[in-house]
Amino acid sequence: MSLASPMVQEPASVSEPDVAAKVAARSVNVYYGEKHALKDVSVDIPARAVTAFIGPSGCGKSTFLRCINRMNDTIPICRVTGDITIDAKDIYDPRLDVVLLRARVGMVFQKPNPFPKSIYENVAYGPRLHGMARNKTELDEIVVGSLKRASLFEEVKDRLNDQGTGLSGGQQQRLCIARAIAVSPEVILMDEPCSALDPIATAKIEELIDELRTNFTIVIVTHSMQQAARVSQRTAFFHLGSLVEEGSTEQIFTNPKDKRTQDYITGRFG
Amino acid sequence: MTQHIVRAYDEELGILSAKINQMGGLAEAMLTDAVDSLARYDVSKARSVVERDGQLDLLQNEIEELAVIVIAKRQPMANDLRHIMGAIRIASDIERIGDLMKNIAKRVTVMEDRFVGTRSLAGIQHMAHLVLGQVKAVLDSFAQKSPDLARHVWLHDGEVDQLNNSLFRELLTYMMEDPRSITFSTHLLFIAKNIERAGDHATNIAETVYFIETGQQLSGPRPKGDSSVFAVSAPGK
Repeated sequence: MSLASPMVQEPASVSEPDVAAKVAARSVNVYYGEKHALKDVSVDIPARAVTAFIGPSGCGKSTFLRCINRMNDTIPICRVTGDITIDAKDIYDPRLDVVLLRARVGMVFQKPNPFPKSIYENVAYGPRLHGMARNKTELDEIVVGSLKRASLFEEVKDRLNDQGTGLSGGQQQRLCIARAIAVSPEVILMDEPCSALDPIATAKIEELIDELRTNFTIVIVTHSMQQAARVSQRTAFFHLGSLVEEGSTEQIFTNPKDKRTQDYITGRFG
Repeated sequence: MTQHIVRAYDEELGILSAKINQMGGLAEAMLTDAVDSLARYDVSKARSVVERDGQLDLLQNEIEELAVIVIAKRQPMANDLRHIMGAIRIASDIERIGDLMKNIAKRVTVMEDRFVGTRSLAGIQHMAHLVLGQVKAVLDSFAQKSPDLARHVWLHDGEVDQLNNSLFRELLTYMMEDPRSITFSTHLLFIAKNIERAGDHATNIAETVYFIETGQQLSGPRPKGDSSVFAVSAPGK
């Protein structure tokens, strides 16, 4: 028998997305004035899956997230170069209506920020603005449907006219998610959606994210590595403005290729 | 390896490795002494091997408990997680080696007739020597974090299997020639098998070490020398 050296078996990556990229970024650079915040980032974000961005503070993950719905446009000194497409359409096309883009790409922030209006109005605001309902019945359907999909309806169905700001933190965050999905977006961006919530409320949001991914493309920025490991199928690690490594979540958390990724996720000095 | 930001985490992983090394040292000594007690028919040494098995069990329990605590406290990722899961597996393999050595030592304490010539004993000693080398090397590969050394151990288990096979045939011959040797020869057969299985545990550990260090499984062709299960002994053939 020969003493052939053993072949190395690649670990099976079961979560490899089999669908085309929903969002594709190519050589994206972001500058805040002189500061080069994001360096040459190219990545594909698959449809109907959760992609997590992780990395230390100031690594550029939120900056990149905000490029996807052009939130960085609101910062005067911010300059974005490179290409970002959604369904192969350039979102930085000057003819593109940014308001419509942000209806297609919803966003949920770190701190729950419901409007100082009723629970009903919080959810109804977007659909009404975009003329998605022809009458009150249709609007009611959208509001109830969105609250249900955000797993909040049962808790608020008897008090839809109460102030949204009167809900608990976790409920407020689910209200914000209901508000985001009310306009039927294709992509939902979440910037640390659970960092202000307790573990129970966090678990509810995570359960919700897992349900939402059957219909939406979700990108989540999180400081909790455990959360990224729990909710996402793809993970991208950013460091000092660069995308260091991107891959299936299982691979990133069990066998990262880059030493910087490994040092970060295992809590070592980088 | 770079240190963790939380120093206590490094200490816990260090304790885990230290306990594995301690178990390994115990198991090596048990292997040496078990075979030595057989060769010299030293019943008191054999008894001491039997007694030492309890220490291995204790250490294995400690490793499992510590591993569970570290997982709960630190939520380990990547190589840390592989290290901890690997420690649990290695501890279990070493504990099994201890059991096998205890079994050999127990046989020594009950053996009475010693009919078989010294050749078989020498064969067993040679096998034990090879397996001890394998066990030592694989524990070194764990301590040195060397996937290459682990792979080397993994590739060199075949020789032990071959020795076990030839010993099997030899003992069969003795038994056919002189039925009075059957009891002792059967003991030796089991002892040889136990040593060979200790070698198998060394290759298991090699696979674990390789996985800890690389995140990949060892696979591919590996020399296997054991065909004793197929050996036919037809009288007069």
